[in-house]
Amino acid sequence: MGKILLEVRNLHATVAGVEILKGFDLTVRAGEVHAIMGPNGSGKSTFSKLLAGHPAYTVTGGEVLYQGENLLALSAEERSRAGVFLAFQYPVEIPGVSNASFLRLAYNTVQKQRGGEELDPLEFDDLVREKLKLVEMEASFLERSVNEGFSGGEKKRNEILQMALLEPTLAVLDETDSGLDIDALRIVAGGVNKLLNPGNAVILVTHYQRLLNYITPQFVHVMEDGRIVKTGGKELALELEERGYDWVREEQAARQLA
Amino acid sequence: MSAVQQINRDDFLDGLVRCWPDVAAQDAAWLKALRARAAGRVAALHFPDRRDEEWRFTDLSALRELNFEPAPLQKLQAPFADFERLIFPEAAATRLVFVNGHYAPELSDTHDVPPGVTLAHLKGQGATHDLAASTHLAQHADVNHEVFSALNTSLFPDAALLFIAQDVVCERPLHLLFISTAQQTPLLSSPRCLIISGRNSACTLIEEYVGLGEGVTFTNAVSEIVVEEGAHMQHVRVQDEGREAFHIANNTVTLARDAHYQSINVTLGARLSRYTLGVVHHGPGTECSVDGLALISGRQLADTHSVIDHAASHGKSTQLNKCIVDESAHAVFNGKIVVRRDAQLNDARQQSRNLLLSARARVNAKPELLILADDVKCAHGATVGQLDEEQIFYLKCRGLSETAARNLLTYAFAAEVVEKIPLVSLKTRLRAVILERVHASTETA
Repeated sequence: MGKILLEVRNLHATVAGVEILKGFDLTVRAGEVHAIMGPNGSGKSTFSKLLAGHPAYTVTGGEVLYQGENLLALSAEERSRAGVFLAFQYPVEIPGVSNASFLRLAYNTVQKQRGGEELDPLEFDDLVREKLKLVEMEASFLERSVNEGFSGGEKKRNEILQMALLEPTLAVLDETDSGLDIDALRIVAGGVNKLLNPGNAVILVTHYQRLLNYITPQFVHVMEDGRIVKTGGKELALELEERGYDWVREEQAARQLA
Repeated sequence: MSAVQQINRDDFLDGLVRCWPDVAAQDAAWLKALRARAAGRVAALHFPDRRDEEWRFTDLSALRELNFEPAPLQKLQAPFADFERLIFPEAAATRLVFVNGHYAPELSDTHDVPPGVTLAHLKGQGATHDLAASTHLAQHADVNHEVFSALNTSLFPDAALLFIAQDVVCERPLHLLFISTAQQTPLLSSPRCLIISGRNSACTLIEEYVGLGEGVTFTNAVSEIVVEEGAHMQHVRVQDEGREAFHIANNTVTLARDAHYQSINVTLGARLSRYTLGVVHHGPGTECSVDGLALISGRQLADTHSVIDHAASHGKSTQLNKCIVDESAHAVFNGKIVVRRDAQLNDARQQSRNLLLSARARVNAKPELLILADDVKCAHGATVGQLDEEQIFYLKCRGLSETAARNLLTYAFAAEVVEKIPLVSLKTRLRAVILERVHASTETA
């Protein structure tokens, strides 16, 4: 078994005073792919954003250890530089900043932190063109403003391009599959598969089973009312697709009564 | 003079305009007559205060409390430190420099001015250009009603002249550099420009105002630009005077049939600055695009007033004005668009975008549309906002520090205007200046 990358214990969190996470537990090891599924409002996206350090969420209990260190003590940029990556559900548009200069700035910032080599625009251009192939993007994407006027699929591919450049140790893909047509889904999933290696791990936060046809998770977790209520293998996802979430709820209610 | 002492309404103006006969001593008769008329208007008009609609948001009382004298001729040691950085390689030998409104031959270089282009100063030409100058000078600026234009006309010591002959395409950009120098006593500079772009000609003009030394100065500039039939003009104006400077400028642009005028105005300096731009579309088929960027901090005030007057049919105007306001600074934008009764089929668009970087920063943005024709397209929009926290979070999630994220987003806001500048060296310089100032203000925040 790979070494433990992430350990979340009894995590409680609020947003605007409302408790969203209510005792969330998760352990992720190197080399693993985890899928977190669950109905709308179960807290999936809250968990993703909280892990990345979004200021809107307040942790009220529990702990999050990343490679044995307290992740919650780090700012968003420190988490990113330490290898935690969030692929946004809704990637943000930044008019006036070219994708190329944004990607290079991010790459060099992270390289500097990790003691790697920073690249000038020409060197970076070679690197980024190589990575573009991974997500089947045209070089013209580099000259456009970050995500501005991108289609939904282009935005998601741009997220995976950033993941390819920043080479995270732990990547959280927040509903990266939502709104994608089948071609874009195949491209995005193909990119993620190529980036997987025994030293890193991916958490797929998703609403639908279909992404899991392309990226095979070892673990599927069902989230309900702010915590994980059921964990299984990839076959659990198929069962959820077929039967919905209600039976999980009923099963849990029965367990609580017993 | 103590602050409590009663100030006579027009002491300020009278004290200055009184000097006009000395300035006019060597002038030709037509110019003397022009100055006399302008001086008469100064005496008849009053110093504007906040009861005047055009000055509602900009309080000039700090200017009025100071005693200025018209700046005498001053020779700068050439090349003085920092002069090199004021020169653009593209316009190194197509440059006129004025120091406190006086022509500075030792700093100017016109070796590369091509045939068909006149880059000269009024006092140096004898009678050569008197006809063109006397025909146009003070015929476009509103000397009758606008007191600062009248004051400039009565006192300007010299004028920059740029004439592009018919059909001439001037590839080299032309650079007019106005330097104000701070002295022991507060000095008034009265820079003046007359630019005539002949039929079907094309040129790029850089009009720049900078300050040297620390201290109070008052620059009262007037420019008149005539773009004749079918001519194309690109005009970049940069104001980066010192933090104790007062800067008031009036620029009047007249467009004949099918003329194109593109201008970008960048305001970075001065304690108080006011730029009044008037573009009159006299002929049909004219186009103008007038963009502006103000980047201010501390206690600076930057005011841009524009009037785009569609007086003929089939015209087009676009305007993008952006202000980035930090600390206790205050930006004012008043953008008026007039479409006259018979000026059908005009298309006028205006956008005012404002970014406030501090809780004390202030902006007054006021679009004004006066549409008298019935078959026109007009659109305007104004926004005032702060940096977007979701954009900042996104950048931080990619490793950028809070400061780096804020700087990048602030620069990006300015870039939309800066990137339109046709001169690479000026664009590069402004990029650096903006990044430096944005950075400086986040460091001290």
